[in-house]
Amino acid sequence: MKLQQLSVFLENRPGHLAEPLALLSREGINILSLSLADTSDFGILRMIVRDWERAAQVLKADDWVVKLTEVVAVDVEDRPGGLAEVLRAAGRAELKIEYMYAFSLRRNNRAALIFRFEEPDRAIDVLSAAGCHVIEAEELFAAVE
Amino acid sequence: MLTERWNDVEGGFHPASAPDYLPVERLREVQLRRLRAVVTRAYDNVELFRSRMQERGLTPADIRTLEDIAQLPFTVKVDLRDTYPFGLFASPMSEIVRLHASSGTTGKPIVVAYTREDLNVWAEVMTRTFASCGLHRGDIVQNAFGYGLFTGGLGAHYGAEALGATVIPVSGGNTERQLMVMKDFNVSAVCATPSYFIHVIERALDLGLDLRELPLHTGIFGAEPWSEEMRQRIQEGAGIRAYDIYGLSEIIGPGVGSECEHQDGLHIFEDHFYPEIIDPETGAVLPDGEEGELVLTTLSKQAMPVIRYRTRDITRIITETCGCGRSLRRIRRVGRRSDDMFIIRGVNVFPSQVEAALLAVEGTLPHYQIILTRDHGLDQMAVEVEVTPEVFSDKVRALEDVRAELAKAIEQIIGIRVALRLVEPRTIARSEGKAKRVIDKRAI
Repeated sequence: MKLQQLSVFLENRPGHLAEPLALLSREGINILSLSLADTSDFGILRMIVRDWERAAQVLKADDWVVKLTEVVAVDVEDRPGGLAEVLRAAGRAELKIEYMYAFSLRRNNRAALIFRFEEPDRAIDVLSAAGCHVIEAEELFAAVE
Repeated sequence: MLTERWNDVEGGFHPASAPDYLPVERLREVQLRRLRAVVTRAYDNVELFRSRMQERGLTPADIRTLEDIAQLPFTVKVDLRDTYPFGLFASPMSEIVRLHASSGTTGKPIVVAYTREDLNVWAEVMTRTFASCGLHRGDIVQNAFGYGLFTGGLGAHYGAEALGATVIPVSGGNTERQLMVMKDFNVSAVCATPSYFIHVIERALDLGLDLRELPLHTGIFGAEPWSEEMRQRIQEGAGIRAYDIYGLSEIIGPGVGSECEHQDGLHIFEDHFYPEIIDPETGAVLPDGEEGELVLTTLSKQAMPVIRYRTRDITRIITETCGCGRSLRRIRRVGRRSDDMFIIRGVNVFPSQVEAALLAVEGTLPHYQIILTRDHGLDQMAVEVEVTPEVFSDKVRALEDVRAELAKAIEQIIGIRVALRLVEPRTIARSEGKAKRVIDKRAI
């Protein structure tokens, strides 16, 4: 049920985001979604890619510091209130969300929410029980590509 | 005769190491005889040395005891630059068979020369170095010191060959190839700069290769100062014994001194290199046991004898005799150089202090650089530290915590606030595998 997210350390300097992305593109690795967290000194690039093992290898070989983290994807209808319902369910169960980001799926007017929970396994149980649709990796990739 | 089997086994004795165990009185006799010869040679053949002797009203005949060395003039690095390229040579080019040069980070490099006999001595002291680190015939040595003008590569190469070990002249860089060689060739010992070898360990982890499971048992590290904490990291990370060796191109290259199995100070091969410790301010010779600047005299060098060379390395001579039985005096491992020290807001700081602070934080590595700037008349110190996979997190807060922890560790040791920046791996420049630790951008 869990999804592997790839994080890359970046210095906060002009042009630094382009380098790892260009590297992945040269290798033909497509990025489904990304989010960038930044401070004045450094940034963390977080990405969802289908071929995360190869992406991690390619980046490491080029001296990027890479980390894999388990995240949870929830698929909701792309309409006002879609996200709020999921957040309410998480809040009731006191699930701690480290961060999240979202992207639209090409099919059926739906959106994928990517959550970094402190306890991903409990989150999956809680959200599934609350009627949210926790989306499998394969299903997610199929919906995008 | 055991000479055919002398160093086939662990603990075996290598004949080249015999001078390590000379009775002290005999060693002093050898030193005095060689000192008088080398002073005469330099006086007769090197203009700079002769004129400095004459200014002091000295001739080689004034050297009657080892203590008389204190009357001789010092040689400093600038002398080697000023006489670039061949001004300090004491042999005609027809007798010189090898030249090396230092990396000239500022201006011209310095050039050093060797006769055939000098190369023999160099191979001998490197053989004694490897023997002292427990290597013997049958060991497979991966030499990752840079080959070329730098003395490290070829110096270690001929010493390991003379020992009877198998040498792989892989030179520095290309880490994945280093790892392939290490694994596929059953390498048992490696020579490298400590900062480069740390990188090799990291890359091995990335590739899922556990160096502790390889036959590799010994690492010979030199060419840059490193700390005891770094030794622990290397020994644990690679499952090896990590030995510190000492040398400098101006004297011969690697092979001036080496640790033994006790890893407690470096024995100076003082039948060839005479050590003194001086007060760096006054130049006065200090008694054994006191900390000061190491001064070395080459006792047997022909092509380029160097008298009383000020190394800028801060250490002290250990007065106790070593449990290994060598009569050679030991120096404390060199953690700092007097010209590495910088003063910020009136505080003397050595990069080794910063390194120790960084290594005290779990998961960090000593890839760092200190940058000094002046802002509105006030000195500022920034430390850039390369991020490792161990400390990296997808959470901003976790990384901010690492940053704060590192800054605090440094502030506690040196008492000055530092701006700590996390930087991408391999962004801190390395030359010949040596890390440049301090960049001083302050306009004087």
